[in-house]
Amino acid sequence: MDWTALWLSLRLAGWTVILLLPVSVLAGRLLAYRQFRSKGLVEAVVMLPLVLPPTVFGFYLLVTFGRNSPVGELWQSLFGHQLVFSFEGLVVASIIFNLPFAIQPAQRGFEAIPTEVREAASCCGMSPLRSLWKVELPLAWPGLMTAMVLTFAHTLGEFGIVLMVGGSIPGETKTIAISIYDRVQGFDDRGAAIMSAVLVAISLFTIAVTFWLSARVGRRLS
Amino acid sequence: MLVSIARRMRLAAAAAIVLATGSASAQNDAPVVAAASDLQFAITEIARTFRADTGMEVRLSFGSTGNFARQIREGAPFQIFMAADERFIAELHADGFTPDEGDLYAVGRVVIMVPNGSPLTPDPELDNLAGMLAAGRITRFAIANPDHAPYGMRAMEALITKGIWDDLQPVIVLGENVSQAAQFALSGNAEGGIIAYSLALAPEVAPKGTFALIPEDWHEPLRQRMALLNGAGEVARAFYAYMNEPAAREIMERYGFVLHGGE
Repeated sequence: MDWTALWLSLRLAGWTVILLLPVSVLAGRLLAYRQFRSKGLVEAVVMLPLVLPPTVFGFYLLVTFGRNSPVGELWQSLFGHQLVFSFEGLVVASIIFNLPFAIQPAQRGFEAIPTEVREAASCCGMSPLRSLWKVELPLAWPGLMTAMVLTFAHTLGEFGIVLMVGGSIPGETKTIAISIYDRVQGFDDRGAAIMSAVLVAISLFTIAVTFWLSARVGRRLS
Repeated sequence: MLVSIARRMRLAAAAAIVLATGSASAQNDAPVVAAASDLQFAITEIARTFRADTGMEVRLSFGSTGNFARQIREGAPFQIFMAADERFIAELHADGFTPDEGDLYAVGRVVIMVPNGSPLTPDPELDNLAGMLAAGRITRFAIANPDHAPYGMRAMEALITKGIWDDLQPVIVLGENVSQAAQFALSGNAEGGIIAYSLALAPEVAPKGTFALIPEDWHEPLRQRMALLNGAGEVARAFYAYMNEPAAREIMERYGFVLHGGE
């Protein structure tokens, strides 16, 4: 059992959730309430990672964040190491490929709030921020929770992009999924079987908890 | 209810923060060696004796030589590159990614290996393979991807030499690197494959089938060269030097590599 890889995957998933939570609230809310001309295009862009193969993102990330790119050079001068093939690089990749999982459920959550409720909040003199915190977030909570759990679970399961921009460095970019791949190639079927089972258990547990929580919330709200 | 939800969200956020900021593992300073897949078992063993002898530690990353060369060009933080084909080292050196042209550390060989229970019999000159192929008895035959894996290129050359490369096309499956090719060849889903001698000799692999060495002059030599990369530190240099020590050479020879003295 490769605990280093499992811990790395969990940290990666944790960072992705933390960094995507504000994005998910802001973008989800914006897409739920506002109507604007390019909304269809924006929603399509958000959904792209669902349909594009990870190799497309892997390739673009290599090219845009690689050592010869402006972004890569900027990162190198700021932090003294490369963005690709580092843990930070994986976090960036992870944020991008999780956008649909983080934004879609949140948008649905905000859309489910009746307009009258939001109008009542602003009529009562609540500032938009206060309304978000006291009225909208508690109501959109199941959507946000689903978004974050899906993001977490999906990050644990990501493989293709990590393979392309990670470099399989133990403790740095070798996630549990990559470690399983390496074990299979190393003819360590037992190791691969144990790690796969652990990953199934964690993923199942995470998703089951969300369903359970949102079912409870659903009951209370109704 | 609202209070409890807000509290729960804070709890979830706190859990995520704990996960995200947890300390990285202690071995994170150890230099990373990018090693061609045919070294999977040999270098793992050498890294173990290196740690026992010197108390120093390296981290190993295995993959296809071509992919590593690409990743090094994009800035991958490897400190040693052990390629399966010296041409990749020469190109990296020409473009300034290595301080010198490195050292030849081994010459590899390819074998035809067939899993237990396969209708194929391994023979050096691949006559049985050619016969079975003509008889339509081969459904899958594995080699590494010749586009970027040196062992795949050498396998392809050997099959061209034998004159069965074109006939083999419908049944060929390509591994991303030679380890994966070996995995494919011996998984029971293929009748066999052409893989690295060093993998066929590994204790994890040897019981799974039988093999025969393909004549050395049927393909370009697998001259395996290693080089320190720019920015390699003390530990990486120590490991690089360790490859020339008797302990490391003994392991390499056991895995079927032909070594050259001090070249």
